[in-house]
Amino acid sequence: MKRFAGIFWSLLFLAVPVLGVAVFAVAPSIDVWLPKDVSEHGSQIDGLFYFILALTGVVFIATELLLFWFIWKYDESIAKGPATYIHGSHTLEVVWTIIPAVVLLFLAIYQMNTWADVKMRRPVMAPTVEVVARQFEWRLRYPGRDGQLGTPDDLFLVNDLHLPVDEDVLVQLKSMDVLHSFFLPNLRVKQDAVPGMKIPVWFKAKETGEYDLVCAELCGWGHYKMKGRVTFVTRPEFDAWLERMYLEQEATQPENGEAMP
Amino acid sequence: MSTATIPAGAPATLPSKPAPRSRPVAAFLSTYVFSKDHKVIGLQFLFSTLLWFLIGGLLALAVRWQVAWPWSDVPVLGKLFAQEGGQMSPEFYTMLFTMHATVMIFLVIIPILAGAFGNFLIPLMIGADDMAFPTLNMLSYWFMWPAFIAFGASFFVEGGAAAGGWTSYPPLSTNPASSPGSGMGQTLWLVGLTFVGVSSMLGSVNYMTTIILMRAPGMTMFRLPMTIWAMFITAVLQAFALPVLTAAGFMQLGDRMLGTGFFSPEGNVVNNAMVGAGGGQPLLWQHLFWFYSHPAVYIMILPAMGMVSDIMTTFARKPLFGYRPMVYSIAGIAGLGFIVWGHHMFMSGMNPALGITFMVSTIMIALPSAVKTFNWLGTLWGGRIQFTTAMLFAMSFVSMFIIGGLSGIFMAATPVDIFIHDTYFIVAHFHYVLFAGTAMGVWAGIYYWFPKMFGRTMNEFWGKVHFFLTFVFLNGTFFTMHILGAVGFPRRLADAYHYETFHHLQPMNAFMTWCAIGMVASQAIFAVNFFWSMFFGPVAGRNPWNANTLEWTAPSPPGHGNFDFQPVVHRGPYEFSVPGMEKDHLMQTDPPVAMPAVAHPAMAH
Ligand code: HEM
Ligand SMILES: [Cu+2]
Ligand SMILES: [Cu+2]
Repeated sequence: MKRFAGIFWSLLFLAVPVLGVAVFAVAPSIDVWLPKDVSEHGSQIDGLFYFILALTGVVFIATELLLFWFIWKYDESIAKGPATYIHGSHTLEVVWTIIPAVVLLFLAIYQMNTWADVKMRRPVMAPTVEVVARQFEWRLRYPGRDGQLGTPDDLFLVNDLHLPVDEDVLVQLKSMDVLHSFFLPNLRVKQDAVPGMKIPVWFKAKETGEYDLVCAELCGWGHYKMKGRVTFVTRPEFDAWLERMYLEQEATQPENGEAMP
Repeated sequence: MSTATIPAGAPATLPSKPAPRSRPVAAFLSTYVFSKDHKVIGLQFLFSTLLWFLIGGLLALAVRWQVAWPWSDVPVLGKLFAQEGGQMSPEFYTMLFTMHATVMIFLVIIPILAGAFGNFLIPLMIGADDMAFPTLNMLSYWFMWPAFIAFGASFFVEGGAAAGGWTSYPPLSTNPASSPGSGMGQTLWLVGLTFVGVSSMLGSVNYMTTIILMRAPGMTMFRLPMTIWAMFITAVLQAFALPVLTAAGFMQLGDRMLGTGFFSPEGNVVNNAMVGAGGGQPLLWQHLFWFYSHPAVYIMILPAMGMVSDIMTTFARKPLFGYRPMVYSIAGIAGLGFIVWGHHMFMSGMNPALGITFMVSTIMIALPSAVKTFNWLGTLWGGRIQFTTAMLFAMSFVSMFIIGGLSGIFMAATPVDIFIHDTYFIVAHFHYVLFAGTAMGVWAGIYYWFPKMFGRTMNEFWGKVHFFLTFVFLNGTFFTMHILGAVGFPRRLADAYHYETFHHLQPMNAFMTWCAIGMVASQAIFAVNFFWSMFFGPVAGRNPWNANTLEWTAPSPPGHGNFDFQPVVHRGPYEFSVPGMEKDHLMQTDPPVAMPAVAHPAMAH
């Protein structure tokens, strides 16, 4: 009876690594996994994710199995004699400090380059579009025919972001009111928008298509509905779209309207 | 020999009993209400925090309901906030998750560890008759009440409770125009936070002084049980980190009420109106807040780590593996804990080069956590495990902390954090460390020290049922959050299913909500067991678990002044299964005469 308890509890602890691995193994096949990545830098991020998943996966399985094994084996009802009288092991402490230290340090250094690519090595170019977040919408401002932001011919749109595919885009991110976060899941892009700051965000899409633009930083009661769409089209289509939008704006605006905020 | 530990009828060292009181009401008040006895104060903290635990749990269920079945009528609880006939508004949803986290962090986890266990255990485990400053100690409990009232009342003021998240980032939290909860509710939130801080500070000063000055003869620092080491280092963390949060809280109050504009950016327009004084920086709040709140996450787990270490040695009948490395890794976590706060701000707009330094320090903080885990495993290895409820909870702490620690590495990796920041991956991470870790450690502590608190043991059978259900349901609720996070499912959204990327995740969220309901419901078993055992449980002697530390030499429950003899310490706290002894444990107070019987060759085998 006592042994039965030991078996029961150790199997419960065994269920942790077994089911844990199972969940991660099944998740991709039921489509609960990293969404499709269409960005150029995204594969670096996903690669790092898989690398860490493998690394932590090994540690997870190893430590959880050990835990299970010790609980199974050192059950008081089957173990013979008293517990081992030992206070530790200097060698073991050194080993299990140095090895993880080296692995972790490697991991830290290994990822720096990706971070620098995504957040620090900004392409030298004029902003493709200015995105101004406000409760609860994304206001977009494209440079008009003169190619410059902040001139009277700027084009204003809301939530419907169009961008050219296969080339660097530079988004100038601002916020009018509170914090928001510019999150493009399919491009592995996320950046908070902070009132009072102009933050550059850059990326390059590899495929045309239409994707979600999500607000990922709590911005008030309507945070959940602060949804935009981003559409990647080829350069000629993009130029044509810009021109069409521009003409529409001209047609609806009485005078060459005052610049919006 | 060992029976000599507790001298029969030796009241000598205690001051004589107080004279019988003539005023029973005053006597009742000073014994149970405004008591200065650390044990009573500890229990006051315990009961209050358990009550708030229930409230926080119900708030969580309401949050989960909305996430699983957005805009559907909330059963039972819906009546309480009947808006549009039981359906919750998005404003209310933001209040719910804000107050769920606020209650759990500031009114449950921090005060239950330091306030309840710290108070109850520190004097008992170091062999002191009480805390160094009993009056401060009493105040530290009573200063929680203004916080209880402020947080509780905030639901009923105009605009409702705070709704800016437990992190209260400005400008959302400072401009009432930006959110209804940023009116009176946010002010009350800041007031409540300040009082929690005062309470923690009073406790912290007291714990440090008591542990440094009031240890029993022979109790050197390196003979302290891990629980006490953890409490000590937690107190140091509190003392250094809290002033920053308090100052930041006052700055936010200033912004809200005096127009100081510390966090108010230039040209801020909310709801088409210019607001705020300008000249400030929203990111400043984040730095100050996390400078406290990252160390605070360790305030929320180190004591549990200490308690789990003590419980595991008792029920593995084995010395702690690597006592000093365990102490050093706690100290290392605490030290590094002060230079990692920026990992909460990788996407905030903070200089990305600065992000790199925070990334390196954050990755390195996983190291002492790993060392602790290996030492816990080492402790079980070669042990003689007794499957008590306390032990099951303690071992599950280790199992679950592994998950929470490993997920931290994903988020510490800045490039990966770009994708998973502010998604359910983060929610999974901190629930594994805080619920699956700390809360399980707290239950381990309650089952373990209950006999000392009330003189009776809790029912083991129902304790195990409670453990089993909690363990299963918590993994059902939280493990799945990892893969939701891998899809990018954002946290704090009242309804995410209108996004193409997330619309297929509703069934999974429904599953998690069912598990959460099961998890909360299972706590009824605990509640009944707790109160039933208080009055009808089997009477426990001084040392029901055959443990070694000093509290087990005192009567259960200990009277005023704790010990009925002066404890003198002769050894460390973990002398289990010493070879050549008839009993499998040597208490810290057992006289050294027992040792010569142990032939040295036997020790060496
Ligand atoms: C192995 C060590 C750990 C590492 C490397 C680590 C890393 C991190 C990182 C990088 C974040 C920020 C993620 C983001 O927002 O994008 C985070 C969040 C968090 N961590 Fe940890 N962590 C560790 C252990 C812990 C422990 C022990 C606790 C608590 C006891 C904890 C509690 C939290 C909480 C509460 C948050 C989220 C706060 C919020 O945004 O609401 N972490 N952790
Ligand atoms: Cu938002
Ligand atoms: Cu942190």
